Amino acid sequence: MSTVLWGVLPYLMLVVLVAGSLWRYRYDKFGWTTRSSQLYESRLLRIGSPLFHFGILLVVVGHLGGLVVPESWTEAVGVSEGVYHVNALLFGGLAGVCTLVGILILVYRRRTTGPVFMATTRNDKLMYVVLVAAIVLGLWTTLVSVGAGSEAHNYRETVSPWFRSLFVLQPDVDSMAAAPAQFQVHTLVGMLLFAIWPFTRLVHAFTAPVHYLFRPYIVYRSRDRRTAPGSRARDRWAPVGTHDRDR
Amino acid sequence: MRVMAQVGMVMNLDKCIGCHTCSVTCKQAWTNRAGTEYVWFNNVETRPGQGYPRRYEDQETWKGGWELDRRGRLRLKAGSRVKKLLGIFASPVQPELSDYYEPWTYDYRTLVEAPLGDDFPVARPKSLITGEDTKITWSANWDDDLGGTTELGHLDPLVEKVRRESEDRIRFELEQTFMFYLPRICEHCLNPSCMASCPSGAIYKRTEDGIVLVDQERCRGWRQCITGCPYKKIYFNHKSGKAEKCTLCYPRVEVGLPTVCAETCVGRLRYLGIFLYDADAVTAAASTPDPQDLYDAQLDLMLDPDDPDVIAAAKAGGIPDDWVAAARRSPVYALAKTYRVALPLHPEYRTMPMVWYVPPLSPVVDLLAEQGHDAEDRDTLFGAIDALRIPVEYLAELFTAGRSETVAAVLRKLAAMRSYMRGVTLGREPDASIPASVGMSEESLYAMYRLMAIAKYDERYVIPTAHLEQAHQLEEIGCSLDYDEGPGMYESGPYGEASGRPAPVAVETFNALRQRQTSDATTSADELRGRVNLLNWDGNGAPPQGLFPPRHDVGGDQP
Repeated sequence: MSTVLWGVLPYLMLVVLVAGSLWRYRYDKFGWTTRSSQLYESRLLRIGSPLFHFGILLVVVGHLGGLVVPESWTEAVGVSEGVYHVNALLFGGLAGVCTLVGILILVYRRRTTGPVFMATTRNDKLMYVVLVAAIVLGLWTTLVSVGAGSEAHNYRETVSPWFRSLFVLQPDVDSMAAAPAQFQVHTLVGMLLFAIWPFTRLVHAFTAPVHYLFRPYIVYRSRDRRTAPGSRARDRWAPVGTHDRDR
Repeated sequence: MRVMAQVGMVMNLDKCIGCHTCSVTCKQAWTNRAGTEYVWFNNVETRPGQGYPRRYEDQETWKGGWELDRRGRLRLKAGSRVKKLLGIFASPVQPELSDYYEPWTYDYRTLVEAPLGDDFPVARPKSLITGEDTKITWSANWDDDLGGTTELGHLDPLVEKVRRESEDRIRFELEQTFMFYLPRICEHCLNPSCMASCPSGAIYKRTEDGIVLVDQERCRGWRQCITGCPYKKIYFNHKSGKAEKCTLCYPRVEVGLPTVCAETCVGRLRYLGIFLYDADAVTAAASTPDPQDLYDAQLDLMLDPDDPDVIAAAKAGGIPDDWVAAARRSPVYALAKTYRVALPLHPEYRTMPMVWYVPPLSPVVDLLAEQGHDAEDRDTLFGAIDALRIPVEYLAELFTAGRSETVAAVLRKLAAMRSYMRGVTLGREPDASIPASVGMSEESLYAMYRLMAIAKYDERYVIPTAHLEQAHQLEEIGCSLDYDEGPGMYESGPYGEASGRPAPVAVETFNALRQRQTSDATTSADELRGRVNLLNWDGNGAPPQGLFPPRHDVGGDQP
């Protein structure tokens, strides 16, 4: 059972995530969008959306830090287990609460604003259930890790080694199986979220427009892309060359 | 110097009668789909008026276009790239649907299905957004023909500005007011701020003809372009979640046809042609410190197509010879630069718009005529242009960032043309002093008259066709007799009428028409097989009857 859950499922999820995203990108570029509903309503969106998005970005950073960096490394630079966890709880908890409050505002807005609710698909509703579940369960694990209810659990000795072991293709099933049930459920829901990711509106996160910071303001493109003067096949736009246009 | 070609448009506002034919035909061609109900690539505004969306010209609110930073360099009015990315989760200043209007339809079914009774059934308005009953409170042309202007006219941002500056009042009493129509499409700017705002890089300017388009496959719906465009001519399709804009009817322009709005214009007031411009000088021109100098800077960008240096540079830049030839005959170049009667819309946004306007003389003429003056006499007209400060200042806010001398000079040219040609038409001795008074020769004034008043079709539209290796595959070209199975050979493909290679629309229409005209019987359902009107189907729900052949017996063991 453990082998299936922690040795097989993660790889299945990864295959679905990667293959699904590639497939979606190839065959549904037109559907690859944020499907913004700001046109209908922006008062609540202006509070909820940044709260949720900035929150979840911090949560992602926190997850990477907690899962990828081994405990021995942080101790080597003099951060003790206690200090680390107080920090993790403080920032992780704060980010998590922001994310949760943000998404609750967004879901409330989605339910109560007529046009926004009209524009909500069944796919969206399923996605919201999984997403909210993952966030709530995540906050619960944060509480568990400081010992609310029972004794504190150091996930950096169970979940994190398992997570890292996945990438060297030798899944450390036992250490994950030793983690408390809350962590296991959160991980499972998380995997479900990533598995449905390519088939929901969440794909917009994969095309976060970071390259906006580096491209020229004015974009020229040839009707016939192959013959554009100065165009490179890779990025399909040809900057026109005055110095201030390069930025 | 880097010479590039740009398809530009000029609209002669004196001829616009505000019939909205351009808006309607454009909507039928491009935005009659779900999600684009409120989208008008072309709209006609009555000015003074709030425009569409309401008060879009108030850039202190909407943050469209460019501004200069302290060091005199261009930057987006909405902020730096980092600021724009930080605001991406909830765009700070995006217009909402209520700033446009909530599109609606009517519950027509009640009209035919209401039970017999004493009262007439009523088709109630239903919102196309929520599907609920709605109350119509605004639309794209709510203040058409100054409707409601006595109450709302002061909300026009330009009226506010002119009032503030002149400490005078634009009166909206019937006898003292002026009005004209302003048809608007995308400006296909040389320095588009929508493009600069797009985080995905989905908006691009075509190198061949300068048309600004949105790549629907790269647009991710970050909606920054809507804030970025000061003309608010990028719209958000709320069904597909992508930005859409006027395409300058590029499939038509590519084959030498004018845009739908131009082709169907009742007043024949639109001109289409080629500008040659210096792409390397655009940024510098757009950074001109004084906004009132931007019009001149923009004119300087437009290169003289008769200049041998320009021709050589155009050749070196890969512009085909027939495009340069078309640029030489270009009506838009003539109106904008040779005669200097066409002005850009809001040059102070620093986007270098490529749809130009001949400001209307009609407010002046109408007023003179109403007061019993000779509205075609040069001196009366010139005097009135100087005396009627408010209309001229208003036009200046629209077209020259407030420099009223430029507008007055244009109006004087139009007035000179009017009174000079009146003399000619009445068979009097042509008065050479009239053109001289506006710095023109008799010949050039007559040529301008020919272009503006006679306005023959092939002089209004000088559109060179696209150079494509596969040009014969473009939709509208493949309609002549050189089509393989040309007229007469149309009957049927191997699997019935509509199978095989797709027939060009023109061939299909020709044959359908001929069949109908020559056959004895009325059209039977059988003959209609394969001919389906898809124009009214927006892609939702089941496809119309007849799109697919009736299903034969399924099953058996055929593969």
